[in-house]
Amino acid sequence: MKYAAKRIAMLLVTMVIVSLLAFVAFDLISGDPATAMLGTEATAEKVAALREELGLNRPLLVRYGEWLAGFFTGDLGTSYNYSQPVWELIAPKVLVTLCLSVLSFLLITAVSIPMGLWSVRLDGRSGPLWRVLDGFRTAFNQLCMAVPPFFTGILLTYLFSTVLRWFVHGQFPSLTEDFGGAVRYLFFAAVTLAIPRIAMTVRMLRSTILGEMQRDYVRTAISRGNDRGGVLRGHVLKNSLVPVVTFLAQTMAEIVAGSIVVEQVFAIPGLGRMLVASISNRDYPVVQAIVVILAFWVVLAGTVADIINQRIDPRLRLGGGA
Amino acid sequence: MKQRKMNGYLQAGLLLTGLLAALILLGFFWTPYDPSAMSGGEKFLGPSLHHLMGTDKFGRDIFSRVLQGAGTTFTIALCTVAIGAVCGTAIGALTGYFGGLADEVLMRLNDALTAFPSILLALVVISILGPGKKTNVILALGLVFIPSFARVTRTAFAALRDVNYVKSARLMGASSGRILLVHILPNTMQVLLPAITIGFNNAVLAEASMSFLGIGVTPPDASLGYMLSEAQSMFVSAPWYAIGTGLTIVLLVFSVGLIGEGLQRRDKGVA
Repeated sequence: MKYAAKRIAMLLVTMVIVSLLAFVAFDLISGDPATAMLGTEATAEKVAALREELGLNRPLLVRYGEWLAGFFTGDLGTSYNYSQPVWELIAPKVLVTLCLSVLSFLLITAVSIPMGLWSVRLDGRSGPLWRVLDGFRTAFNQLCMAVPPFFTGILLTYLFSTVLRWFVHGQFPSLTEDFGGAVRYLFFAAVTLAIPRIAMTVRMLRSTILGEMQRDYVRTAISRGNDRGGVLRGHVLKNSLVPVVTFLAQTMAEIVAGSIVVEQVFAIPGLGRMLVASISNRDYPVVQAIVVILAFWVVLAGTVADIINQRIDPRLRLGGGA
Repeated sequence: MKQRKMNGYLQAGLLLTGLLAALILLGFFWTPYDPSAMSGGEKFLGPSLHHLMGTDKFGRDIFSRVLQGAGTTFTIALCTVAIGAVCGTAIGALTGYFGGLADEVLMRLNDALTAFPSILLALVVISILGPGKKTNVILALGLVFIPSFARVTRTAFAALRDVNYVKSARLMGASSGRILLVHILPNTMQVLLPAITIGFNNAVLAEASMSFLGIGVTPPDASLGYMLSEAQSMFVSAPWYAIGTGLTIVLLVFSVGLIGEGLQRRDKGVA
């Protein structure tokens, strides 16, 4: 528990640094929002008045502190583009992206773990046929990793929306009103996100487990008369868990990044789409907030993985832990 | 002595990549049609001998456009990997070889940066530099790829710092620069080359994603990602546009991926 507390403290420190960097960087490049908001009507007096009103005359650190507090109070400033509070704009989108990520994560684990185990079971057979099959497996794996999600997305949209009409592209049902419909819509996007990651996870599982099978204790167990499957289930899987959990945390981070593109393909009104639109419009208050939320997600996944790993493997408690 | 034979993956990868590179190189000087020439009478033509990948809604020849777009994507990926590999190797070499406080600090920073997916970082950098310019895309992606290269090379340089041939070179009075470049660097190729192939593929996909999102390369520069976003809107009437463009990306990444797979297998000594 001490370890978990320490890890969470580290998470908070990281987030403070990340958010400070984001705040300062976007503050430097955004120029003067007052001038930008007034546009052609900008006169010296009007700009000065608006700066006063927006609180831009105060020191950077004070403004940063207020902005950071805004993540808890819900006051993250006003979007330049929509003239609406940033919080109101992004709050519903957080939920959409969260659903998409969780759905995709579940798909990846549900498909890749059985497939990885199956691929381990097939390993070790010799003969020309198995060598050819092994070659095909590797090539197929590379192919899955080579297909960019937006291309898969376009093809899936065509197949399931235009041909089969299982969902209507561009008409995302509201999550609160039609949850089932929304999930069905998100499902195809989740599949798109999952395909390359499933290929990577299977590959990773395979090499981790096969590497673990080479260890001395496995040889000993087998030489004492245990069968391969039993050793695999009883010992190897447990010992392979730590790198797998770490990898799954990375997967979560990649899903978050991948969702930016996939939301665009499927026209899903999530955080990623908002981020891209705001970058093009130079709507920095929105960009800032979304970047920090996505970063939090990534760091949180890493933290949870570390805490789980430390529960799994007592050795980690002695080494880098509390 | 480890056997360093070619293997099937390496051969297939090199062959495919070579062919693609030759085609792309050709595309810089000659394309079957002018990639941006519109032709009112030849809209939405399917693939044929005259138009290998058909035409789009303006009657432009898609094959010519793909050649040109692949050229842009290829150039950007190469420049990006060059920036990442050179800067990353330099940082990794110095921190790995000399160690010390700078090593500690830089590697902590590196760990923090590599935890974030590259496309997310690239989006942040591009929004700071300003979206829509080719040089900014290269700079943003290049910067983003430095940490991963630094990490890989640092490990290799740190491992080779005290091996015997380095020690003996040091005893013979070789300068640190010479040891790093002449003695250690060639021996890190085993990890550096696969890292370069993976980096190249990530760069192709990242550039294509950014251009697809409309914040990477924007017209008049053509890039495969931008073309694909254009193709999505006309998928029903000209599916060959999206398929031709998409398959080009897949093929490029797949062939370079095979090289990487082959290199890794060669170094592990498996067939």
